[in-house]
Amino acid sequence: MSDQILEMRSITKRFPGVTALKDVTLSVRRGEIHAICGENGAGKSTLMKVLSGVYPGGTFEGEIHFDGREVTFSSINDSESEGIVIIHQELALIPHLSIAENIFLGNERAAGGVINWHETNARAAELMEKVGLHENPVTPVGAIGVGKQQLVEIAKALSKNVKLLILDEPTAALNDDDSEHLLGLIRGLREEGVTCIIISHKLGEIASIADSTTVIRDGETIETIDMHAPEAAEPSNGLTRRIIRGMVGRDMENMYPDRDVEIGEEILRIEDWEVWHPTQPGRKIVDGASLSVRAGEVVGIAGLMGAGRTELAMSVFGRSYGRDISGSIHMHGKPVKITSVSDAIDHGLAYVSEDRKRYGLNLIEDIRRNISAASLSSVARNGWVNSNEEIAVAERYRGSMNIKAPSVMTTTGQLSGGNQQKVVLSKWLFTEPEVLILDEPTRGIDVGAKYEIYSIINKLAASGKAIIVISSELPEVLGVCDRIYALSAGRITGELSAAEADQERLMELMTMEKD
Amino acid sequence: MAGTSNLWELMTRNLRQSGIYIAFVLIVALFTVLTGGTLLSPGNLTNLVLQYSYILILAIGMVMIIVAGHIDLSVGSVVALTGAVAAVVVIREGMPWYVGIIAALITGALVGVWQGFWVAVVGIPAFIVTLAGMLIFRGLTMQTLDNVSLSPFPVAYQDIAGGFLNGLLGGPGYDVFTLLIGALAVVGFAVQQWRARMGKLTYRQPVESLWLFAVKILVVAVIIMAFAWQLANARGMPLVLILLAALVLLYGFITQHTVFGRHIYAMGGNLQAAKLSGVKTTRVNFLLFVNMGVLAAIAGIVYSARSNSAQPGAGFMFELDAIAAAFIGGAAVTGGVGKVQGAIIGGLIMAVMSNGMQIMGIDQSTQNVVRGVVLVLAVAFDVWSKKRAAAER
Repeated sequence: MSDQILEMRSITKRFPGVTALKDVTLSVRRGEIHAICGENGAGKSTLMKVLSGVYPGGTFEGEIHFDGREVTFSSINDSESEGIVIIHQELALIPHLSIAENIFLGNERAAGGVINWHETNARAAELMEKVGLHENPVTPVGAIGVGKQQLVEIAKALSKNVKLLILDEPTAALNDDDSEHLLGLIRGLREEGVTCIIISHKLGEIASIADSTTVIRDGETIETIDMHAPEAAEPSNGLTRRIIRGMVGRDMENMYPDRDVEIGEEILRIEDWEVWHPTQPGRKIVDGASLSVRAGEVVGIAGLMGAGRTELAMSVFGRSYGRDISGSIHMHGKPVKITSVSDAIDHGLAYVSEDRKRYGLNLIEDIRRNISAASLSSVARNGWVNSNEEIAVAERYRGSMNIKAPSVMTTTGQLSGGNQQKVVLSKWLFTEPEVLILDEPTRGIDVGAKYEIYSIINKLAASGKAIIVISSELPEVLGVCDRIYALSAGRITGELSAAEADQERLMELMTMEKD
Repeated sequence: MAGTSNLWELMTRNLRQSGIYIAFVLIVALFTVLTGGTLLSPGNLTNLVLQYSYILILAIGMVMIIVAGHIDLSVGSVVALTGAVAAVVVIREGMPWYVGIIAALITGALVGVWQGFWVAVVGIPAFIVTLAGMLIFRGLTMQTLDNVSLSPFPVAYQDIAGGFLNGLLGGPGYDVFTLLIGALAVVGFAVQQWRARMGKLTYRQPVESLWLFAVKILVVAVIIMAFAWQLANARGMPLVLILLAALVLLYGFITQHTVFGRHIYAMGGNLQAAKLSGVKTTRVNFLLFVNMGVLAAIAGIVYSARSNSAQPGAGFMFELDAIAAAFIGGAAVTGGVGKVQGAIIGGLIMAVMSNGMQIMGIDQSTQNVVRGVVLVLAVAFDVWSKKRAAAER
């Protein structure tokens, strides 16, 4: 039997007008953890769709050899019956069904169409034990956290006798603890002989877990790196740098662009901010937070998932979250009342959500109309929209933000994550805000686009805007911010200047518990 | 960069929009042949306009509701209720015809306020609210009319649906005034298209080549003038056609070129994102239902004027025709997509089919089957073209 469990040879996939994959070769050894890296739009997802049969055999060129023989899949069911299972970034679980039901969905433990609940729950409990998920199998999936939901997905894959498990950005939505647990679990699966392909943007994670890494750029295989080869012994960031170089085609000296800091007057101050959970009475989400930001300043809010970062930002932004909100907001030293999103926009606030697909974009609409969505009145007179002016505005932002799209009439659903984020940023810049709140501005976007987003942040700060960056990635917070607030369980537990902050001190503040 | 786009690009760029026009032309051609030309005869064209105008008026409001992600099942009952109110005011109380119209419009607006309150302010799904409305307003219609038909209306009221503007300028066997209105429409269309083209050029956007532009104007001009010629050879320009044209222009403009209209599309596309972009969703939803109520009242007035009576069972199943028109016209079931002009074409497709089958003497039961199949096929085409677009990514 071959040592290679999977070989994809000379895969070429063409769409009308573009070649998404050009002669791509991928070879995965049995029992290894194989990472695939590449910028968004590089062709990783297309390659995985070819592999899993989403694009059926015949719609692409090239051969797939799996487990020693050539295979052609005409649907996902075909690839699953061979033991290839994909876990997508957006989890495919049904929130109202129980963990056990989700695990066996489409693969029910049943005789003659009648479900055997004892077997379902007992088998589910076994699988859950295996993935380290300590919950009752009858708990609805919607009631457990994202990290645990990810484990349910893996348990579901295991129930199908998986040979090759493909994980697309498995830790993108997880905090550090959950990520660590998940990575440990993947290592455990390797011991049991399950081969894993992991797609990730987190290079540190790849360096620690992968046995080999294939880098894809612009639809072509750049190189496959053996992560255990002698040169990997150099300082570990030598390896990450090599991956980055392969992904972006250039050496990235510095992940974070430099800037000249020129801090002006205080623009926004929030005092004693308290927010209660919208549906669970007695649960305080933000607890007496006070913070301020000045013109030209980039302020970070660092907090773990569940610390109340997004809730703090959204409650300030026109009370979009929570109830019984108390506390005061001052703009330029004067108290203001902001009770709706339009109030917030009128006062010069802008909030770029962490979840751009759900809260940021109208994905069925084009770039032009997304950019104008928050400030239609500035391209309108007496309620009538000048659509030519609107296009001109959109074109201006497409140029200045470097949005890569054939035209401003391109539907935003077709763009890569980085370009979608630039559209959302354009939308908010067009409202001409004084204060920009950026919630996880680089989540799920690739290294090259991240650098561009950081450059945009710097440019905005230099033009005198006040910027708040919310992030759970500590290097990012340290790399872009002048001042950092640490948030833990809804309370601001510390404030550090960029000079005095480092990852350890921040993490200490972020995990500080209530006394 | 200023450039020109060619014919093929224009055709294929938006198959979903152009497909509906092609389908319309084919259906008209089919029934013209099947009815031996009767479909396009002067008398029948006039009849077609009179007979289906109220469905088209409802479809205008319905497509806006659907784009916002709702549905309105109550419009048939509201047509009946507003017609009944007008009849009580004009026939039973003997007040002038215009008081009846005002009363009907106010009733429609109040209906909209009631439904808008539950949908927009309280947050109950429109399906439930309007299902309840369907029962409530049907019941109120019966109570208003004491369960009997009221007729006849005075001639002035009847003229809203049955009146014609003709003979104003005289003419040798055909109505010159109707032709003049047709010519005005052609000129208006040409001027509007020319201004849009110039505007695009000023902003350096691609436009179609000049000969294609000229052909487009010419084709539209020929269609409008042929239509006007046929009307002029029958009874002249129906008043209700002028009303309908005004509504189509007004709402086409509102949906495509106003902040309010664009907020409807934003909400239908992604409600959460629209809220976080400062769209006042409660207000927009509320106004949408008030608007639907008023349009249903207009349809109710036209319908009662045409049938020259108010009946407890009026407007039965109209909601389904209006909803079908919107979906055949390219509105998406999930909201965010759809156009007034599409809904009008969708409504006309239904109208031409019904009318054509009536001329051919096909019985009502078969007509229903055919119309149902066409509705499913139209939405299936929509789903298919969406999948095709997704696969091209």
